[in-house]
Amino acid sequence: MAQVHLNGLNKVYPNGFEALKPSSFHIEDGEFVVLVGPSGCGKSTLLRMVAGLEEITAGELKIDDRLVNDTDPADRDIAMVFQNYALYPHMSVRKNIAYGLQNRKVGKAEIAQKVAEAAAMLNLGDYLDRKPSQLSGGQRQRVAMGRAIVRDPALFLFDEPLSNLDAKLRNQMRIEIKALQRRLGVTSIYVTHDQVEAMTMADRIIVMNAGRIEQIGTPEDVYHRPASTFVASFMGAPPMNLLPAMANKGVVEFAGTEVHRHEAVEGPLVFGVRPEDIIPDALGEMLLHVDIVEELGAHRLLHGKIGAEQVTMHVGKDTEIASGPLPVSLKPDAVSLFDRATGARL
Amino acid sequence: MKRAGFATRWLPILLLLPQLIIIAVFFYWPAAHAVQSSFYLQDPFGFGSSFVGFDNYTDLLDNSEYRRIAWFTVVFTVLVTFFSLALALLLAVKADKVIRGAKTYRTLLMWVYAVAPPVAGFIGLIMFNQSWGPLTRLFEQVGHDFTLGVNYNDTAFAMVLVSVWKQVPVNFIFFLSGLQSIPKSVREAALIDNRSASGRFWDVTFPLLAPTGFFLLIINITYALFETFGVIDTLVKGEPGNNPMTLVYKVYVDGFRGNDLGGSSAQSVILMILVLALTVFQFRMVERRIHYT
Repeated sequence: MAQVHLNGLNKVYPNGFEALKPSSFHIEDGEFVVLVGPSGCGKSTLLRMVAGLEEITAGELKIDDRLVNDTDPADRDIAMVFQNYALYPHMSVRKNIAYGLQNRKVGKAEIAQKVAEAAAMLNLGDYLDRKPSQLSGGQRQRVAMGRAIVRDPALFLFDEPLSNLDAKLRNQMRIEIKALQRRLGVTSIYVTHDQVEAMTMADRIIVMNAGRIEQIGTPEDVYHRPASTFVASFMGAPPMNLLPAMANKGVVEFAGTEVHRHEAVEGPLVFGVRPEDIIPDALGEMLLHVDIVEELGAHRLLHGKIGAEQVTMHVGKDTEIASGPLPVSLKPDAVSLFDRATGARL
Repeated sequence: MKRAGFATRWLPILLLLPQLIIIAVFFYWPAAHAVQSSFYLQDPFGFGSSFVGFDNYTDLLDNSEYRRIAWFTVVFTVLVTFFSLALALLLAVKADKVIRGAKTYRTLLMWVYAVAPPVAGFIGLIMFNQSWGPLTRLFEQVGHDFTLGVNYNDTAFAMVLVSVWKQVPVNFIFFLSGLQSIPKSVREAALIDNRSASGRFWDVTFPLLAPTGFFLLIINITYALFETFGVIDTLVKGEPGNNPMTLVYKVYVDGFRGNDLGGSSAQSVILMILVLALTVFQFRMVERRIHYT
C-alpha cells in the first residue's frame, strides 16, 4: 500500500509530440483512482510512466515518498494488469502467477501457498496446470489478476483490463475487481475509456483530454459539476445537453426562458443540463418537440428540439410519452454554466 | 474448412502435372538411378558395369577416409549450425532494440543474404589470400602462419567461417521477425516481473522464439550438409587434396573426378536416407511440440 505523488509529470516523444502535458496529482493510500478519457488522451501513457514502461521526460514521480523516475519497473513494487492479459503463453497458469515471485527470491513453500491463495480467491484452482491458450477470456483475465495479487505490491496498475471481454463478463469482472481491491486495500490506478467503468469503480476520477487533466474529483463531482464542456459531454450516457444561452444582468436565458440566475456572468455562454434534470411539467415554460422516443426498459430517452436546439431528456418507465410537443421544466440548481470560448465551468 | 471439389478427375491431375514432371525428372529419376547404380561397379572407361550387391556400401563403411570425412561433416555441421544460429540470434536481439537508424542497420545485416555460396567462397579466398589477405595478416599479428588450402585445420576454419557468414543473415531475418511477433505487452509484463535482462531473455523471449529456432535448426543443418558445396568447392579451388571436405563434396569428387559412379551413388543414397530421417523428425516435432497460442 502506498501513496503516489505526481509532480509536473511530462511526456514528450522524440518526434516532438507531447503525449502528456505537465500533470500533478496525489493518490491517497488505498485509493482507487480511475483515469478516463478518449483514445489518445494520454491516460495510458501516464499509467505506463508510473509503471516505468515509458520514460519520464520531466517532472517527479514518487511512490511512498520514494522518487522512482529512473527506477526499473521490477523495483517499483507495482503490479500491472494489461488489456490483452499479457500472459506468458508457454507457461502454465501456475507458473504465470508464480513467475514474479520466483524472481524475487521468495521461498518455494511460500510461493506455493500464495499461488494457492490467489487461485482460490479467483476461482482458478482447477486451471493451474493449463496453458493460457486453453482458457477463456474471463479466465485469462483472472490469471492476470492473480499474477498481480500474489506479488502483494504497493500499487496496482490496470490498463483497460476489461475492454477485451464481452459486456456481461465485463459487468461481472468490474464488480469483482472493485471488491478485490476493497478487500486487499491496495492503492490502484485504473485506465479506461469507458465512463461507466469510471463512474462505478472509482473513488476518484481523473478525466483526461488531449494530454491534459480536465478534472479530478469523485464520480459525483465529475458527473454533477463537470469542470468543462468536455467533461460534461464525455461523462454520462447520454451526455449532458450543452446549449447556447445568453446572460443578461445575471439572468441566463435559453430559448426565451429564464433558466438560471448567476451574478457574475454576462453575454453569450453555454449552459448544460443532464437529460434526467429535465422533467415533464404541465406548467413548464419550455416546450420540447419530441421526435424520437428511445425505449430502454427501465427508462426512456426522448430526443427532440427546444427551439432550434437538439435536446435529450430522460424519463422513468412509468411516464407515458408520445411524440409531439411536451411542456418541460428544469430541476432547480441542476444547471451548469460554461464559458462559450474556453469551455471552462463558470 | 471447406473442401472444394473438381468435377472431373483429369483437371486436378493436369494442373499438378508440370510440378510432378519437374519432380520426376529432376528428383525421382536421378534418385532411382543412383539407387540402382549403387549396386553396380562401373568400368572406369564406361564400357559396362557388373552387379556387386552391397559391396559399395560395405566398402564405404570399411573405408577409414570415408569415416574421417563423415566425422568432419558432423563437426562441420554442428559448428556451422551452432554459430550461425547463435550469432544471428545475438544480432537479432540487438537489432530489435535499436531505435535510431534501425532500418539501415537491418538492411546492412541482411545484405549478405544476396551473396551466392561460390561468391562467398571467393570472398573467403580473398580474405585468406596467402600474400595479402587481410585475415591472413590478422593471424600473422597473433603469430599464426595461416595457410588456406595447405593446413587442414586452417582450411576447415575458413570453411566454417565463410559458411557461417553466409548463413547468418537468413537466420537473422527469421529471428528478428520472430522477436517482433512476440507481443509487446508480454515483454512488458516480464519487465515488471523480472529485473534481470538475461533472466527475461531465457525465461520469456527464448521459449517464445523456440518455434522459429527449431525451424531454423533444421534449415541450418540442411544448409551445412548440402548447400555449403559451393563454398567448399571455391575454397579448395576444386582440388581438395588433403583438405577437409564434407560428404556431399566427397560424392562429387568420387563420382566425377574418380569416376567411381557406384561408390559415389552409394554415398548419395546414404545422404538421401539422412535427409529423409531429418525431414520426418522435423515434421514430427513441428506437429507435436513447440506450438503456442
